[in-house]
Amino acid sequence: MNDHDHDHDHDHDHEHEHDHDHAHDRPLSGPALRVKALESLLVEKGLIDPKTLDEIVDTYENKVGPRNGARIVARAWVDPAYRQRLLADATTAIAEFGYIERWAEDMVAVENTPGVRNMVVCTLCSCYPWPVLGLPPAWYKSDAYRARAIVDPRGVLKAFGEDIPEDVEVRVWDSTAEMRYLVLPERPAGTEGWTEEQLAQIVTRDAMVGVGTVKRPGGGT
Amino acid sequence: MNSIHDMGGMHGMGPLVIEHDEAVFHERWQGRVFAMRMACAFHRKWNADMGRYARERMPPAEFLAASYYERALYALERVLVENGLVGEDELAGGQATSTAKGAPTLKPEQVATIVRTRRRARLDDDVAPLFKVGDAVCACNIHPEGHTRLPRYARGRRGIIDRDHGVFAFADSNAMTRDKKPQHLYSVRFAATELWGSAVSPHDSAYLDLWDDHLEPA
Repeated sequence: MNDHDHDHDHDHDHEHEHDHDHAHDRPLSGPALRVKALESLLVEKGLIDPKTLDEIVDTYENKVGPRNGARIVARAWVDPAYRQRLLADATTAIAEFGYIERWAEDMVAVENTPGVRNMVVCTLCSCYPWPVLGLPPAWYKSDAYRARAIVDPRGVLKAFGEDIPEDVEVRVWDSTAEMRYLVLPERPAGTEGWTEEQLAQIVTRDAMVGVGTVKRPGGGT
Repeated sequence: MNSIHDMGGMHGMGPLVIEHDEAVFHERWQGRVFAMRMACAFHRKWNADMGRYARERMPPAEFLAASYYERALYALERVLVENGLVGEDELAGGQATSTAKGAPTLKPEQVATIVRTRRRARLDDDVAPLFKVGDAVCACNIHPEGHTRLPRYARGRRGIIDRDHGVFAFADSNAMTRDKKPQHLYSVRFAATELWGSAVSPHDSAYLDLWDDHLEPA
């Protein structure tokens, strides 16, 4: 996230007095206090604009999230040509949606089939495809998941309620580089004739990380 | 470096806690850390691999006791100081004693663009691959004190090149000396039994992204 190829202006503007803490009457402690001190220092030094921090937080809380990925999955389910493009070159196929520039983040889509289950982990930190899934949930970043998913994927899947038959192949993708992985889950039975929009509604984040499957509401798998 | 961040395959990390409908940020300060990291990165004083290496240098006992965003805060403080944007004295005292010269500040209206264009690890350099799809390889048995993306659990293990991702900056050197050392990145398939022994399913496998410098012919 640190390699930017942008021109930017040199306009420093620190006129906005920043104080969000009116809404929080309880005293700050621990990391909250340390973070507040660091933010004040960085603002004082002209290194950050607190309004920019507001905008970044709002973006990841409200604008970027797994709905982005769900639309990609739904498109792949209804459009065989798109599915082929996604599996052959996910980076370019995902760029068709405009969430991310084609050159900005390299993506691979891996497809679940009746005989193959894929799941994604980052054992070294918590790499995750932000533009299509948003920020990762706490469990994905947890030491428990990072340590266990690679050695005991079937046990982890069981913790998510997924019993994997012995003859099914489980593939774990450890995001050790800058490549980001999206699991293309199986389309549930009983959704024939559904529109792309309807299908996007039932695709879950967990299915796109590979720890869940997509279920048809009201039954079926 | 062989530290606690490299935790693939470790035991004793506790139960998997799965929340439902969880918030993106559980506490306000977590969002501020996340956003500060992105806004500070915009100054381009360090690369993402240097940021990763900073987090890995958190002493293991502290690392284990810290939450994800506390680890991120530690790393942010380190890269700010090590790259001259903040003085150690300023960090300790909370007061600016100098100005950071020539550092343009990320503006709110630039955020939407940053989110769509924030990373570029793929390089255009014309570098020949050392391996091709289907080749049998062995992950090097290396133990660098610096940053590496070759996890301990795969070192010395045999795998097969599954796909060639193309030419990428080599994170191991980029983190230490800013040398991008362009080379091919591959997805390498390792049988689960090769990594973990005969107790795991013979059907299962792990796929790791590794660079030419991590691999030897098997």
